[in-house]
Amino acid sequence: MDQARIRNFSIIAHIDHGKSTLADRLLERTGAISERDMRSQLLDEMDLERERGITIKANAVRIDHTEPGGDAYELNIIDTPGHVDFSYEVSRSLEACEGALLLVDASQGVEAQTLANAYMAIESGLEIIPVVNKIDLPAAEPDRVAAEVASVIGGHPDEVLRVSAKSGSGVDELLDAIVTRLPPPEGEPDEPLRALVFDSYYDTYRGVVALVRVMDGSLRKGDDIRFMATAVDLSADEVGVRRPAIEPRGELGTGEVGYVITGVKDIDLIRVGDTLTHAHRPADQPLAGYAEPKPMVFAGLFPTDGDDFERLREALEKLRLNDSSLVYQAETSRALGFGFRVGFLGLLHMEIVRERLEREYDLDLVSTAPSVEYRATLADGTVEVIQSPQDLPDPGALATVEEPHVKVMIITPSEYIGTIMELVQSRRGEMGDMTYLSPERVELHYRIPLAEIVFDFFDQLKSRTRGYASLDYEPEDYRPSDLVRVEILLNAQPVDAFSTIVHRDKAYTYGKAMVAKLRELIPRQLFDVPIQAAIGSRIISRETVKAKRKDVTAKCYGGDITRKRKLLERQKEGKKRMKMVGSVEVPQEAFVAALRIGDE
Amino acid sequence: MTGPGEALAADSPELADAAHEWKSAYVHIPFCRRRCPYCDFAIVEGAADDELHARYTAAVLSEIDRAADFAPLDAINLGGGTPSLLDPSRTAQIVDALLDRFGANDPEISIEVNPEDWTPGLAEGLRSAGVNRVSIGAQSMHDTVLGALGRLHAAHDVRVVVDGARTAGFRSVGVDLIVGHPAESEAMWRDTVGDVLAMDVDHVSTYTLTVEPGTPLSAAVRAGADAPDGDIQADRYEWFSRRAPGAGIDRYEVSNHARPGHHCRYNLATWAHGEYLGFGMAAHGHRWGRRTRNHRRLDRYLESVEGGASPVLGDEHLDDREQERDRLILGLRLAAGTPIGEFAERFLASDDGNRYTDAGLLTTHDGRVMVTDPMRVDMVARSALSVTLGDC
Repeated sequence: MDQARIRNFSIIAHIDHGKSTLADRLLERTGAISERDMRSQLLDEMDLERERGITIKANAVRIDHTEPGGDAYELNIIDTPGHVDFSYEVSRSLEACEGALLLVDASQGVEAQTLANAYMAIESGLEIIPVVNKIDLPAAEPDRVAAEVASVIGGHPDEVLRVSAKSGSGVDELLDAIVTRLPPPEGEPDEPLRALVFDSYYDTYRGVVALVRVMDGSLRKGDDIRFMATAVDLSADEVGVRRPAIEPRGELGTGEVGYVITGVKDIDLIRVGDTLTHAHRPADQPLAGYAEPKPMVFAGLFPTDGDDFERLREALEKLRLNDSSLVYQAETSRALGFGFRVGFLGLLHMEIVRERLEREYDLDLVSTAPSVEYRATLADGTVEVIQSPQDLPDPGALATVEEPHVKVMIITPSEYIGTIMELVQSRRGEMGDMTYLSPERVELHYRIPLAEIVFDFFDQLKSRTRGYASLDYEPEDYRPSDLVRVEILLNAQPVDAFSTIVHRDKAYTYGKAMVAKLRELIPRQLFDVPIQAAIGSRIISRETVKAKRKDVTAKCYGGDITRKRKLLERQKEGKKRMKMVGSVEVPQEAFVAALRIGDE
Repeated sequence: MTGPGEALAADSPELADAAHEWKSAYVHIPFCRRRCPYCDFAIVEGAADDELHARYTAAVLSEIDRAADFAPLDAINLGGGTPSLLDPSRTAQIVDALLDRFGANDPEISIEVNPEDWTPGLAEGLRSAGVNRVSIGAQSMHDTVLGALGRLHAAHDVRVVVDGARTAGFRSVGVDLIVGHPAESEAMWRDTVGDVLAMDVDHVSTYTLTVEPGTPLSAAVRAGADAPDGDIQADRYEWFSRRAPGAGIDRYEVSNHARPGHHCRYNLATWAHGEYLGFGMAAHGHRWGRRTRNHRRLDRYLESVEGGASPVLGDEHLDDREQERDRLILGLRLAAGTPIGEFAERFLASDDGNRYTDAGLLTTHDGRVMVTDPMRVDMVARSALSVTLGDC
């Protein structure tokens, strides 16, 4: 394909603003898929993605579009994750494009994440086509939202397209704008091959499939290729495009988007962000911007049934085939036995991984409350990285502890500024600058310790602003903090899985709230169960779950033993979902109680 | 009456082991004047309908007539429903049919009686039918509580019935109590206990009130009415347990207490994993490792029996291991406990078994295992159910 007839673009949109519907409509309109085969959210393949209406993995689809004048174009839609946890993946996907559609719901307006991604696209030099979607909704305010979008990205409201992805209205105009307003890819066909790996996935039969964008040169089937960051040489067994079904081709030329299969089974060899070149004629320099995925949030995952440890290990290994950002190492907890400390990109990532482990691998898991990675400097000057609260050295041995901070951007209707400030302050946040996007909408910047975000910050923000505020954050730096470990004791025994690192000023409130929450969650049992919170040897809070006094059915109706046994069997199922900690039966949700303290 | 366990205390191990061998017959008399708000038993509401009673009695007689051979009976129990609503001549027909069909070893013949049904005529009729034990549905000795329970009698009626039963010459006289209705104050319960123990009764049953799904009580609780409080019920149960021995009455099962020789045989046999036949609508049987249940709807029950078919709606077969497990789980309700077999040994060696033993909730003595706190028997039973069955 003539390079001038290629358009590569992604769609930037907030959750529920209609990205997948628009993609579906474009595919349908260009005949890439017949209406008969149409199922909604074609691009989102994973069950979880469909259910949650979100994109977790990037994806790429080629469509052919012929202009009314008769010129044929090759359009590549590179779908990107829409969540802050996956911002590195977003940045790689944007690198593969020359343009982006900024899709905004006509009844909602711009959201923080959309804006963060739009800024990322502008910084990467992408041409932006602003699009207001859902113009046929009764609550739509296309003019107001168009003005807001224009002011945010610095354009004119007239340049904002108006579509209804649902009805298809405005889609032809959009296709025209993609061809006329987005530039074709640059790049030198005669230079050594450089292709960006912007995503990869694992196929049981074919091994790792890398999604690539050819920047310079061309990639042919059978070429000997090299992945520059991991420095491995492989053979391009198959190259091709996805439409969205896989379609082998002889070659991917400069500017084209497609896939390459090498037969390799180890996902670690093919990393997102890496540059692919020819082994016999390598490029001098890789493409800029490769970074190792960096987990931000850590939690312990333990099988409810200790016998499932090996199954959990195998499941994590398999999941990692599709998710190289997942890191884990074996961990032993006195309370929970053998499990893994797992690093995640963020809370959503954590939730998704856990759900996939339980659903796709039929595991029953106990998760501990998430924590961040601390840096502890000991009195003798050595620095330790702390991923698990129980590893924090005793105060006597500690010189300083540092914790990660993040830059937070919040976009909100201006009436909620007060309540947001209150929330941020209670989370040890520092106010940065504030920009009015319009008289009614404001963009706020803060610096907040990451640990304060990973708990229930997002839920709190949503509930305080009736769901109107949106949030984005990126890592900033490590800063010293006055941190202590709060321990929880059940039956006078410290339970490592409940340990949490918190700021000293909040330790008392946290300990009290945690103990109260556990008292609510732990059922009455054989003994009185004292629950205590402690900092070091000092008890800061105590409650007791009183022993169960009555646990017996009164009368057996007419000798109906079968019914009585069945009742006991049913009750037994509830007991099975408990984890024995010492002699105390603890329900699984208690281990993430810290996340729910803010409920009241 | 002489018979198995005559001279033994109600909670003696010899008696519990003997009960395991007893053969009983249970007859369900489903008729009630009206349904009590807490009741989910299989009953038929409405004023006495002579024609229906006759038809039902005939069906029971026919069921007895067609039953497979069993063994001489140690106990016959007429439960309900309200068996005292049935004319005693019909009760006599049923008792006679059972004795004719299976024979008997100087059997206990027991019937549940509601105080509002009591007349000297009824007493005389039951006596001449051979009934030798009455279980009186007193429920409380406080009219406020009786009102809240939706009962049709007053507290003083209970005294009349107890005295009348004594006069009529029933060998064993028992009263049934319900513990812990939210309308019952602590003082009301203590009065009830004091009154009952002061009367000349041989047997007391104490059933903690439970909220059963689908009952008016359950609907009321969902709508915001107070539910029975388990802690309060445990307190009241214990109040009774501390006082009963002073009146010569000892616990032999979670809810049942008796003077020596006055245990209810059918009751003891049920929990000792004994065998029994069930006759009538919704009656349950247990024999040769098979547990059966009859049709729970009156029309279905009558139609099947009258049509010459079996009224058994469903059954469950238990192999030897399952029977051994059932014997343990049921026997844990008995004060005398149950003999330690292979399954009980494995349970005692399990984590939960050790925990309960360490806590003093579970104890062993002379080859038997028993639960020391009757109010927490289900906690132990659930754990026992979690122990995997052994090899056949």
